[in-house]
Amino acid sequence: MDILQILSNTAAQILNPTTIGFVLAAIGLAVHFGFTGLLNMGVAGFMAVGAYGFAISILTFGLPWWVGALIGIAAAVVFALILGIPTLRLRGDYLAVVTIAAAEVVRLLFLTTAFRDVTGSADGLSGFHTDFRASNPLPAFSGNVGFGPWSYSRDQWWVIIVGTAVVVVVLLFVWALMRSPWGRVIKGIREDEDAVRALGKNVFSFKMQALVVGGVIIALGGIVTAMGTNVNPNVYVTSQTFYIWTALLLGGAATIFGPVLGAVLFWVVRAFLSNLLPALVDIGALPFLSGEQSQMLVFVLIGAALMLLVIFRPQGILGSRKELTFVK
Amino acid sequence: MSSNPLPSEPTAAVGRAKTTGLHIGDVRPGVAKADPILVADGVKRQFGGLTAVDVEHVEIPRHAITALIGPNGAGKTTFFNLLTGFDKPNEGEWSFNGRSLSGVPAFRVARMGLVRTFQLTKALGLLTVLDNMKLGATGQRGERFWTSFLPFLWRDQDAQIEEKARELLTRFKLDAKEADFAASLSGGQRKLLEMARALMGEPELVMLDEPMAGVNPALTQSLLEHILDLKDQGMTVLFVEHDMHMVRHIADWVVVMAEGRIVAEGPPDTVMKEQAVVDAYLGAHQDVDLGVVTGRFTGEHTAAERELLEEIEEEPK
Repeated sequence: MDILQILSNTAAQILNPTTIGFVLAAIGLAVHFGFTGLLNMGVAGFMAVGAYGFAISILTFGLPWWVGALIGIAAAVVFALILGIPTLRLRGDYLAVVTIAAAEVVRLLFLTTAFRDVTGSADGLSGFHTDFRASNPLPAFSGNVGFGPWSYSRDQWWVIIVGTAVVVVVLLFVWALMRSPWGRVIKGIREDEDAVRALGKNVFSFKMQALVVGGVIIALGGIVTAMGTNVNPNVYVTSQTFYIWTALLLGGAATIFGPVLGAVLFWVVRAFLSNLLPALVDIGALPFLSGEQSQMLVFVLIGAALMLLVIFRPQGILGSRKELTFVK
Repeated sequence: MSSNPLPSEPTAAVGRAKTTGLHIGDVRPGVAKADPILVADGVKRQFGGLTAVDVEHVEIPRHAITALIGPNGAGKTTFFNLLTGFDKPNEGEWSFNGRSLSGVPAFRVARMGLVRTFQLTKALGLLTVLDNMKLGATGQRGERFWTSFLPFLWRDQDAQIEEKARELLTRFKLDAKEADFAASLSGGQRKLLEMARALMGEPELVMLDEPMAGVNPALTQSLLEHILDLKDQGMTVLFVEHDMHMVRHIADWVVVMAEGRIVAEGPPDTVMKEQAVVDAYLGAHQDVDLGVVTGRFTGEHTAAERELLEEIEEEPK
């Protein structure tokens, strides 16, 4: 068993574009759930809308990558409006039901062969990175450059730089929003929307704004992920939504940096376990498992971790126990 | 409509003068008021087969404290919800300051100057006491999405709001708690916070749903003073309450509801002697100290208590 290789693979995960996309999705979910109290169970749907909006604009319509990104964002705004207008007047749990269903509808629309020419059906979309890579201002170099486990190609570095910049901008954006009177109303709605209504605030409008803002941030996560890899409908499944929930609750739902820490930690632990367990099987330390089963065990452990987290540390790593608990 | 400048000079702490001369003509359910702030007409709310509220006509007098009393299930809270836009009636019209409120959403009703509190307090637990207060102010520039990013546009206004919030908190003796989460307050303190928060929006009419429920006697005294202060400051108060001593003490006008209807109204001293009110709600023994009657406490029995005791003894075993 090569423990150094395992650690190196784990460490490399921190700057992976998928992780950065995950961080963004978790921040968006923090806006929805942590600050506004909206139970969005369709995170994967928002990510898919962003990623496909980005890829389809480039592939089908031949637009520049940054226009594609804007279209991905616009698609998320439309998606949020469609979900929010009928459900936000109702009690919170209805949004959960509708979002989980809508995310599946979106995924199946991208999966169906009816739109194969545009969506690529089950194969997904690829080969839309040319324009994005051409915009790379880094000096030309060949091979991987970097430090230790963080050695990447020129194309990969460009994704990492853009993705990290988006994360920083989004964090500043959310921080500015949440310390403002707007954020105060939003947190009030999380606590008791009738009380806020009695104080003369248009609760529906505030919830809609929060749904759109969070949805756009989640879609940015999808777009950054798409910048680094191909777009595939099998990624945007319901379990993806729950991974993001796990990451958010791990870090702390009502905090600015909680989703960042939670998402990175989630991927690090997941990468560590999916490297470690098969290695342990190989050296015969887990005689009751096959290599394939050990991969499944990773997800069993993640599920158990989510349960333990909600029971024993509902406020997450960075949250204060007083500020937010999952169960009120 | 003759506007009636009502005498509400704050006399010393003991016994503030009641406002009189509120009505026009004979006292009866639905009587016209000299200067009504809120008028409801034919408001009806049904839940399935049950008619929860069926108010033919009622006017709430301005610059006065009106109590809404009635037995449990009389529809008082439902009527509150209807008036403030938290529920929609099956039929009916009602207006505030002459402007129709039917179909107006709750938040807009609040902005028009009609602010309510809730029977089960809705303190925003995981916000600090000060943030709870600041949320009560209306017309905040920083609450608009795009301006919220530009602190120079709202910082001055926010500072003013904070100053006002601190003033109110001092008045309600919550100033020492301003940095605490509202969840850490006691039930009575939450009632105080909710009332103080409602005042941040400078309402014209304050509707309090059972402001005294679950509040200890010492705090009740200060809550009473606060409610009387509201009137002195030119606000109108409508409150639901079960504590008849309190109703008698502070209300200028009493409206009695039973089974969704207004069954009586009038100044507290007269209305509480009406047979219909006694039957429907108060019961004949409202002044009897039950502790003395049951013999748990010794004390001089009043005539009413002796009568009740005799009645109990006469009951066939």
